[in-house]
Amino acid sequence: MQENNYTVLIIIAVYLGLLLLLGLFSSKLFKGTSKDYFLASRGIGPFLLLMSLFGTTMTAFALVGSTGESYSAGVGVYGKLASSSGIIHSLCFFVVGIKIWSMGARHGYMTQIQFFRDRFQSDTLGLLLFPILVGLVIPYLLVGVLGAGTTLLNVTKGSLPGMFPDTAGGVPFWLGSGVICVVVLVYVFFGGVRGTAWANAFQTIVFIILGFVTFFMIANKLGGPVNATRMVVESHPTKLQRSVHPDDQKRYDEAMAAFPAKEAAYEAKLAEWEAAPAETRGDAPKEIKAPSKPHGISQLAFLTYFFIPLSVGMFPHLFQHWLTAKNAQSFKLAVVAHPLLIMLVWVPCVLIGAWATSATIDGKLVVPPGFNPNAVLAFMVNKLTGDVLGGFLTAGILAAIMSSLDSQFLCLGSIFTNDIYLHYFGKKEISDKQKVMIGRIFVIVIVLVTYLLAVAMQGTRGVFTLGVWCFSGFASLFPLVVGALYWKRATREGAIASVVTMAISWVWLFANSGFGAQREYLFLGMMPVATMTILSAVALVVVSLMTKAPDEAHLQKFFPKKG
Amino acid sequence: MSTPSSKKASTLVWAGVVLVIIIHQDFWFWDTYEPLIFGFVPVALAYHACISVCAGIIWALANKYCWPDDVDDIPEITESGDH
Repeated sequence: MQENNYTVLIIIAVYLGLLLLLGLFSSKLFKGTSKDYFLASRGIGPFLLLMSLFGTTMTAFALVGSTGESYSAGVGVYGKLASSSGIIHSLCFFVVGIKIWSMGARHGYMTQIQFFRDRFQSDTLGLLLFPILVGLVIPYLLVGVLGAGTTLLNVTKGSLPGMFPDTAGGVPFWLGSGVICVVVLVYVFFGGVRGTAWANAFQTIVFIILGFVTFFMIANKLGGPVNATRMVVESHPTKLQRSVHPDDQKRYDEAMAAFPAKEAAYEAKLAEWEAAPAETRGDAPKEIKAPSKPHGISQLAFLTYFFIPLSVGMFPHLFQHWLTAKNAQSFKLAVVAHPLLIMLVWVPCVLIGAWATSATIDGKLVVPPGFNPNAVLAFMVNKLTGDVLGGFLTAGILAAIMSSLDSQFLCLGSIFTNDIYLHYFGKKEISDKQKVMIGRIFVIVIVLVTYLLAVAMQGTRGVFTLGVWCFSGFASLFPLVVGALYWKRATREGAIASVVTMAISWVWLFANSGFGAQREYLFLGMMPVATMTILSAVALVVVSLMTKAPDEAHLQKFFPKKG
Repeated sequence: MSTPSSKKASTLVWAGVVLVIIIHQDFWFWDTYEPLIFGFVPVALAYHACISVCAGIIWALANKYCWPDDVDDIPEITESGDH
């Protein structure tokens, strides 16, 4: 905790101010039409598209979560979460994104639901998808707002003790999360999707650079990267591989063998302490914990984790970014550079997380054992580098959070405006300016509702567990989008069956996992997403083949003859 | 228009994508962190960083040889999009 230290606060305030300026700058480019507000008039070039897609897919998890996961489970998380995403995200951009862009450019779609409704000639499918897509995006939004408010509270503790005595001088959650929501709202409100693209570009550059600076400064403090890794080899070699290292297993077995004696000694001391008169007995003996069992990553879980990044093929906010591209060629840079950017951000963070398990300075552990994994990066930065980098790192974490929040707010605004209001309540009677106004009103309402939900849920951890379940839900809708784009025989009934199967299997598996309480829940040894995706694909294929093929004339619109 | 040689190149690139997905499951580095590359990067982490680079290369080849032929000449939008 810092004592009356304004450095972090000033750096964050300057950073948020810069974002607001950027938002106001992008609003100067706004053309005033709904197409410009929701799709940047389909004029986003390769660089901004890359930054938008990367900034949107990399949440705060890329910085904070990657370090925390590596601290908990070792460097194997890079292969499980990052290199797999590099391959699959680009696959989604190439196989789904470019096609969706061309459909949008040909037929004027603004949202995912418009496309599916038209492809399968089904209003029912649109109505079915609407609550599922919105329901899966909202927890994702909440994770961002909760993360932003909590980060601001923790890093500013001690800064304003006179103003906020109840939070040890830290910016209270309601205020911190409120400020973040307002900043994002301003640039989304004024700049629309173009504003989010510019803000994402700026923020993505910020968090990539900060990841590198943090890595080099921490490595330097630990006596260089070779020394930092040597300490892990000596204390926790399991953190450097994916199976339990024999040395760690031996240490655990020895500690477990000695534990009953230690436990008995502790219980005896506790009984003695409890029996003593209250006024003379002093502090209670320090509770002892059973040694934590080292664990590796199962090969089947590692393999089936490949299904999770398929979610990128069905994220509504990415769908919207795809539609903003100037032309199909604009995708080429994103397809190639995305895996490389993931590597640049993740490798340093993953190494820092592994180092945190064993790093010592002057014989003392830098991070106490059993530390909260999600706080490891901020703790290492504050302890090893000081306030200035701490302030910049916080700005980087907020950048990663906001670069996802903005797109999600805007896409929900677009869904409510285009798929509900305009579709069901007469689009002919209102002007284009009014459409923009309606879009903006929906964005304000969504930001407000998300903020109130986040304040109400402050301190609950359940919503963070929901994150991976949301990703699983989107991923298991992947067969639907592939079927819609590449399989002429996919029918309306098949599509509906696929969505219903996904929803039922999601609810069933989610309930089986204790509603997310079992964080490491596997079904048949696999990530639950694998089962959900396979079932959803089977439902699409079987029901499509059992029902009447779509009208050939209608299919011409989606599968035009070549030549 | 796709020619037999471009079709062959496209097939090879897609085979390359499948190969990258297969070699991602590196069970051969599962139980070791050695050698430490540059003295500090565990071998499996370095291997997976290389997988990320391979992914970039294979997608660059996909851009060149597997580019869809119906996405570059898009006619004017004919409908408003609300269906």
